[in-house]
Amino acid sequence: MKQTYREALREGLKDVLIHYQNSFLIGEDVGAYGGTYAISKDFLKEFGSERIIDAPLSEVGFMGLGIGAAMGGMKPIVEIMTVNFALLALDQIINTAAFIKFMSGDQITLPLVIRMTSGGGRQLAAQHSNSFEGWFAHIPGLIILTPSTIEDARYMLIHAMKENTPVIIIEHALLFNTTGEYSDERADYSLYKARVIKTGSDLTLITYGGMLPKCMKACEEMSKIGKEIELIDLRCLRPLDTETIYASLKKTHRVLIVDEGWKSGSISAEISARIMENCFYDLDTPVQRLCRKEVPVPYAPQLEEAIIPQYSNIVQKLKEMLP
Amino acid sequence: MEQSVCFLLLKNMQRIRTMEELCAELYTQEKIRGFLHLYIGEEAIATGVISLLSASDNVLGTYREHGHALLKGVSAKAIFSEMFGKIEGCSKGRGGSMHLYSVPHRFFGGNAIVASGIPQAAGLAMAAKRLNEKRRTVCFFGEGAMCEGAFHETMNMTALWNIPLLFCCENNYYAMGTALHRSQSQTDLVKKARSYAMEAESVDGMNIFEVVEKTKTALDYIEHNQKPYFLEFKTYRFRPHSMFDPDLYREKSEIEKWKRQDPIIFLKKEMTKSMNEIEMKQFTRDCENLNHEISVEMSEAIAFAEAARFENFSEITIEGQ
Repeated sequence: MKQTYREALREGLKDVLIHYQNSFLIGEDVGAYGGTYAISKDFLKEFGSERIIDAPLSEVGFMGLGIGAAMGGMKPIVEIMTVNFALLALDQIINTAAFIKFMSGDQITLPLVIRMTSGGGRQLAAQHSNSFEGWFAHIPGLIILTPSTIEDARYMLIHAMKENTPVIIIEHALLFNTTGEYSDERADYSLYKARVIKTGSDLTLITYGGMLPKCMKACEEMSKIGKEIELIDLRCLRPLDTETIYASLKKTHRVLIVDEGWKSGSISAEISARIMENCFYDLDTPVQRLCRKEVPVPYAPQLEEAIIPQYSNIVQKLKEMLP
Repeated sequence: MEQSVCFLLLKNMQRIRTMEELCAELYTQEKIRGFLHLYIGEEAIATGVISLLSASDNVLGTYREHGHALLKGVSAKAIFSEMFGKIEGCSKGRGGSMHLYSVPHRFFGGNAIVASGIPQAAGLAMAAKRLNEKRRTVCFFGEGAMCEGAFHETMNMTALWNIPLLFCCENNYYAMGTALHRSQSQTDLVKKARSYAMEAESVDGMNIFEVVEKTKTALDYIEHNQKPYFLEFKTYRFRPHSMFDPDLYREKSEIEKWKRQDPIIFLKKEMTKSMNEIEMKQFTRDCENLNHEISVEMSEAIAFAEAARFENFSEITIEGQ
């Protein structure tokens, strides 16, 4: 049975709201409006206004409230409409959510899940197109998840709710209408394990989030010319599953990282550095990266397209890197 | 108010005062490092408010929170150990002066970011209400926090959603070195609070009787109406903002004027004003005994903190790299 990413997210959210009576969803327009991306459409009717809370435009306020509710024994799901607005709530996310367990001498654990969308590609211009997944992955005390498949859209939240560490789930806005086969949850489902989407022996292609469909298409194109790419979906940017990365590159000896964030100080930089530190002699060629060009995202379509890595750029880069 | 109740309030104010004076001393001896913000002059607020709370009630403070933690039940041993950076500290020595936490005492910090604890307090209050727990939630903050978005956002949300939270603004007239009238267009803080359709009152924070009375009214209102309430306590810190502060922004005469309203001296005067000579002698003896008792409590706590050990680096969990 085919399902959209949107439907999968919706089902996952519904499951946890039914399962955890102490959980609630709070965020801008999650109730009457139905969620900006219609993830919580009709939930207000089903769960009531105590469980589906339409928040005022107060990101720092309702993020702090979610943290306090988690300290008080509830299981809040705080939705920030987009990662761009999360900047307004950074003090709460970093200075408290991420730090409080350690800072309090391990007394306070926060069962808190934060959801947000991210990414460019829809002509929304600079202030609505950020890709800060890797930036959040800088912070100890947080778990950063980037669901990019239907399976993860369906099951990641359910597993995130079991954590006692704050989890940020970042959903790329271009994925909402993607479709895939609905599957039952696998027995070995793990939040932390990167997934080999396609095996191959010629090169390891590492990506996450919104770049996955483009990378999958590029791999298909490469297969046509007889090059088998091993494609890794990171799924979780913190903690980072380096084991899967190293195992793959020890087989292929070539690595390309595709990251929608800016190159400077990015998660791709981190992965590249770890490969250099740990697997330098397994490489046949330097690690390469395709990232967002280092300017704010413009509105004009031709410029936006040129700035965010595209399928054709990936194919071209792969060809350059292979003998 | 009964004499025994007054004496307990006096004792708790004096405990804070003595602890804070010892902190200052230990800071100059470099036993305590980092930032240190003292509550001297403001003791009547924490003492009066917390005297009305029970062990299960939630309290959130600021970075000037030693006194609040002490009266909420965190031991002087745990507080001094924390400031000495020792593992027996209430946050294992990882937090220091500004990050005192004790979940068993329902004391949730200690927050070094101005106004950051306010929305968290709203969340704790909401959780208690939703989970049908009989606990009240009180958050303390300075008037400087009233310029932060987090404050305004929380005032709006708690009033809008009927969250039973007591806001305690300790207005000491200076946000670090910036005077109230130099940083806020509306210096009538109660007026500002009422603009959120919230009940609000101003309190003489140097007068513990008024603190207790008006806080009691506020807590009763919150309980019966399940709505928030805002209290402004007018007060003054007798010491600089922190140990690094040269205090260049206040006139000496202003400090002296406020010192004449010392809340401890005020309470003692009120307690003794109708005493005869014999009662007066007894009171003096009681105060001497009290001071002795407090000095024993604090010196034992300091000795405990001295003897406590530091957490080893190997004991902390580092995320994989």
